[in-house]
Amino acid sequence: MFATKSIADDLAGSPTIKGRSLWADARARFFRNRAAVAGLIVLLAVGTFAIVGPFIAPWNNEDIDWTVLGNVADGGRPSFETGHWFGTDALGRDLFARTVQGTQISLLVGIVGALISVVVGTLYGAIAGYFGGRIDNVMMRIVDILMSIPYMFVLILLLVVFGRSLLMLFVGIGLISWLDMARIARGQTLTLKGKAFIEAARATGVRPFTIILRHIIPNLLGVVIVYATLLVPSMIIYESFISFLGLGVQEPLTSWGALINDGAAEMTNGTLWMLAWPLFFFVITLFGFFFVGDGLRDALDPKDR
Amino acid sequence: MFVYILKRLLVAIPVLLILIVFTFVLMYAAPGSPFASERGVPPAVLANLQAQYGLDQPFHVQIWRYLVALLTEFDFGPSFIYRDQDVNSLIAQGFPVTLTYGFWSFVVAVLVGGALGILAAVRHNTWLDYLAVGVSIGAQVLPNFVLAPILVLTFTLWLGWLPGGGWQGGQWQFVVLPVIALSTSFMASIARISRASMLEVLTSNYIRTARAKGLPMRHVIFRHALKPALLPVISYLGPAFVGMITGSVVIDIYFSTGGIGQFFVASALNRDYGVMMGITILLGALTIFFNLLVDVLYAWIDPKIRY
Repeated sequence: MFATKSIADDLAGSPTIKGRSLWADARARFFRNRAAVAGLIVLLAVGTFAIVGPFIAPWNNEDIDWTVLGNVADGGRPSFETGHWFGTDALGRDLFARTVQGTQISLLVGIVGALISVVVGTLYGAIAGYFGGRIDNVMMRIVDILMSIPYMFVLILLLVVFGRSLLMLFVGIGLISWLDMARIARGQTLTLKGKAFIEAARATGVRPFTIILRHIIPNLLGVVIVYATLLVPSMIIYESFISFLGLGVQEPLTSWGALINDGAAEMTNGTLWMLAWPLFFFVITLFGFFFVGDGLRDALDPKDR
Repeated sequence: MFVYILKRLLVAIPVLLILIVFTFVLMYAAPGSPFASERGVPPAVLANLQAQYGLDQPFHVQIWRYLVALLTEFDFGPSFIYRDQDVNSLIAQGFPVTLTYGFWSFVVAVLVGGALGILAAVRHNTWLDYLAVGVSIGAQVLPNFVLAPILVLTFTLWLGWLPGGGWQGGQWQFVVLPVIALSTSFMASIARISRASMLEVLTSNYIRTARAKGLPMRHVIFRHALKPALLPVISYLGPAFVGMITGSVVIDIYFSTGGIGQFFVASALNRDYGVMMGITILLGALTIFFNLLVDVLYAWIDPKIRY
């Protein structure tokens, strides 16, 4: 009798055991994954480069260094003395400043594209999955149709018809980026729909849209975050693809794709740094996103556990 | 089966029509006339030009004419920039080139990718597996427009083995680099997909049964495991096809192979709406048709799908 009392006292006196939430578990799993942590560090470094770069660059991205113009292959090579840390481009503009700017634009496009896909795709997929039946059928058929079109050509068409601008690029990329996300969100919603807590919500008379927003979408978040992370690099690839063709952002704006294109065009002149620097940032960023995405998937996606 | 194909065709036709109408509306809504770039065109000449191409007609007449010409005679209409050529002749000129390296890229991607993935799964956790995984991760960050300059740098500028561009009627030296540049990322995806699905199949019960009753490994893999393991690869063929069509633009631009991608980008820069519209519709139709083919193939191979 007294023993149980003392045990109870002990229990009451001991510090409360903190529950481990799903997110805490996921965080622990993520940080155990070395590749993912390395990817995260690389991404943070690239992000810092994009934000801090303009303040430490000795040259402006639009100014032409007249002393190297005409002699770029020699005077424009990367050096600390001239202040062109990454060298200059074919027009004598500082490549460090240009790369910073390209990084900003490419990251911006990637993140905005992924955000659009998260908002539109998740809502669309959750609605289609939750209501089911004919609504689901029509909504997903629309997604199928849009997916079966070589949208890159339609996107270029849009850019040509409405003029090339960053806004149009966002609209165009936003138009297609949500399709995959809608499918994933719908699939997850279908499995959630039959769960008891959704039934309980429905039985107590919660309106369908409130159920979707309050019960379905929070439970989709894990999967959505994983695929959003993997979407950012593919958005960056799309944008770089278009810019590589010379149909993306316009001068004086630039992006990794445009810089890679410029560098590749000058390759035969022995000015390899023009290709190497943007390529380096492009490749490490994509690696970073893929590793972080894989790490997040292992941490958050219950399917692979 | 026949009913299933018919049903899918009935869906494909409206999709194609929607694509055509959408492209046409976009072109119609585009600001500025295709002839606006020409300096000092007198209004009378401009009006004549517009009348010649039927651009002075109201919208419904224009789209009706376009649709009728397209659907009855496969006539994509004139190019507004190249006066002596119409869209059909441009396509006839470029399409065989695109088809040649596109076909080889597809073959390489499927065969090499599939073989690599299956080998990696069979030799799970050996150096071969790690190599396959490494290649597929590396190829993820090297899309065709990044790979193309690297290939030219290595094989043309440094080693001097292969020409860095041109077509020359499709001699093999001119086809190799475009095919490698176009196929690598898809090969890697196919390797990843087939490896994952083969690993899953190899741990399933019926494979254990087959091995337990003493079948040689070769038998187990080719007769029992291969078919179900390749199903996810088949469903990836549709997106791979779309990706290759898109990637062909980069190949054409970078290697000057003279395929339709070159005309597409040239027309995009020149605002040659007729050519852009024609190529978009042609490639859209091809994609829709190919997706149909893949779906039918899938339904035919997978006994679980009822149609």
